[in-house]
Amino acid sequence: MENLSFSSKMSRFLVLWFFLMVLWVLFTASFAAQELLAGLGVSALIAVLSVNVFTCCSLKILYPKSLFYIFVFIIVFTIELVKSNLDVARRVLTPSLPINPGIVKFKTKLKSNFSRMVLANAITLTPGTLSIDLIDDTFYVHWIDVQTTDPEQVHKEIAEKFEKILLKIF
Amino acid sequence: MSLLEIIGGIFILVGSVFLFLGGLGIFRMPDVYNRLQAGTKATTLGAMSVILGVGISQAATDWTWILKTLVIVIFIAYSNPISSHALARAMYKRKKFPLVKSKAENMDAYREIIETEKEEVKS
Repeated sequence: MENLSFSSKMSRFLVLWFFLMVLWVLFTASFAAQELLAGLGVSALIAVLSVNVFTCCSLKILYPKSLFYIFVFIIVFTIELVKSNLDVARRVLTPSLPINPGIVKFKTKLKSNFSRMVLANAITLTPGTLSIDLIDDTFYVHWIDVQTTDPEQVHKEIAEKFEKILLKIF
Repeated sequence: MSLLEIIGGIFILVGSVFLFLGGLGIFRMPDVYNRLQAGTKATTLGAMSVILGVGISQAATDWTWILKTLVIVIFIAYSNPISSHALARAMYKRKKFPLVKSKAENMDAYREIIETEKEEVKS
């Protein structure tokens, strides 16, 4: 839990309320006035109770620019996910099992906890990498086919394309 | 059969192929970290694809299935990597060190962290 000013707490509350409302609409899949009113009430209640725990992002995330980069992130992420699956398929189906595993580290430029978690998840689902730990700002990543152990090179190779987009969102 | 059902069927087929490859990967890979690599990626895309396929093929009768399956897909994409990260970290803390093939230096950057942690406990 962090000590936040009232305005930043309020902005986090509004974002949480908005996302819970989107979730409600996805689940009920109806736009009848009664359903929407009940959803507004319930999600406001949950947002009030949990605003201290789920401090993911401020209202900045709903700006059109951020929404655009979230869309870009989802596209890049989906392409990487498919690529990583084809990579796993290729390695598994090759009889000689072409792997050269090892653990490498690199430093991230991201500041907030939530964006670091998103980056760690994205790294786990990109071809050949699995995030093991995050200590301060250093990622420890298991790499199935190590090409370099130099932190700068590793950062360029593994994290840069996601980090560029995430820096623009958060 | 409607067009939506055929598209959904293709999604389910692709997903099950990837799930099979993930299982094969868990069987063939030499140590726990490489197994997690194969397992996580294949189960994430495989499960997402199967669930989306169910949603699309049911959308012929009730379109709200797509929205509900979309929520499940987002949840899987969010939670699957976290669980594999927790497993890998727990394995390392139990001192199951990863297999390293090449003789190059510093192939296991995480080990120094574990060693210093052990010394702190001792002192």
